[in-house]
Amino acid sequence: MTTEPVAFWGLSIVLVGSALAVVLSKNLFHAVLWLALALTGTAGVFLLLDAEFLAAVQLLLYAGGIITIVVFAIVVTERLVGERLTQTNMRIGGGTAVAAVLLAFIVTIVGKRPLAMARPEMAGDLTRTIGQALLTRFVLPFELLAILMLAGLLGAIHFARPED
Amino acid sequence: MGLQPYVILSAVVFCIGLFGVTTRRNMIGILLGIELMMNAVNINLVAFARFTGSAAGFIFTVFIISITVTEAAVGLAIVILLFRVRRTVMADHLDLLKG
Repeated sequence: MTTEPVAFWGLSIVLVGSALAVVLSKNLFHAVLWLALALTGTAGVFLLLDAEFLAAVQLLLYAGGIITIVVFAIVVTERLVGERLTQTNMRIGGGTAVAAVLLAFIVTIVGKRPLAMARPEMAGDLTRTIGQALLTRFVLPFELLAILMLAGLLGAIHFARPED
Repeated sequence: MGLQPYVILSAVVFCIGLFGVTTRRNMIGILLGIELMMNAVNINLVAFARFTGSAAGFIFTVFIISITVTEAAVGLAIVILLFRVRRTVMADHLDLLKG
């Protein structure tokens, strides 16, 4: 497979660049749009890893859902304050140090041990595997997840409702 | 291509998200950093699941994505509520509990 490294490095550049733009851009709205690009790039990485179903879920829920919610929140807050929201960074030195130390730590550990080089053959369709696992072995967490999402929905409505 | 480049990529994105969470002053900006970190964890889980041939990593990713959406909804509701009460979304201005 010769196209994989090219696709991987292209996606890596897009992903890292847009992630940096998310944490550095002054305009909050631009940061959200960069986050959308980063999430789409992640969906591409999932495609590279043969997880088409997860790429679709990523695009629908993350890039579709979260971006919409965040844009709504920004618009509502900006209307309440009546001016554009800007955002700045503080304690940049400390933040850089923490992130750099953690990154160096992970890279050192990953570099010490050789990781798997070849992918095993997939046993059948991944979407089928995920669907069967969700309805057999993982059915209880799956139902709990449904309850959690309902509770989150009700909680968000409760928090955000107007004062009476 | 082996597993290693994917793990390194996920570590880089995670650390960028961590940088955002520690340095952003705006609460919405902090939430965006958390989303980035979750995203990096998802890449890691999917990569390890693909290279070890176990389906559990994929299932975990489905759960993480759903829980993150819930977390974002509740978190942003809290941000809007805080804004209504305190008129600010800057995390360092929210020091009501400071002794």
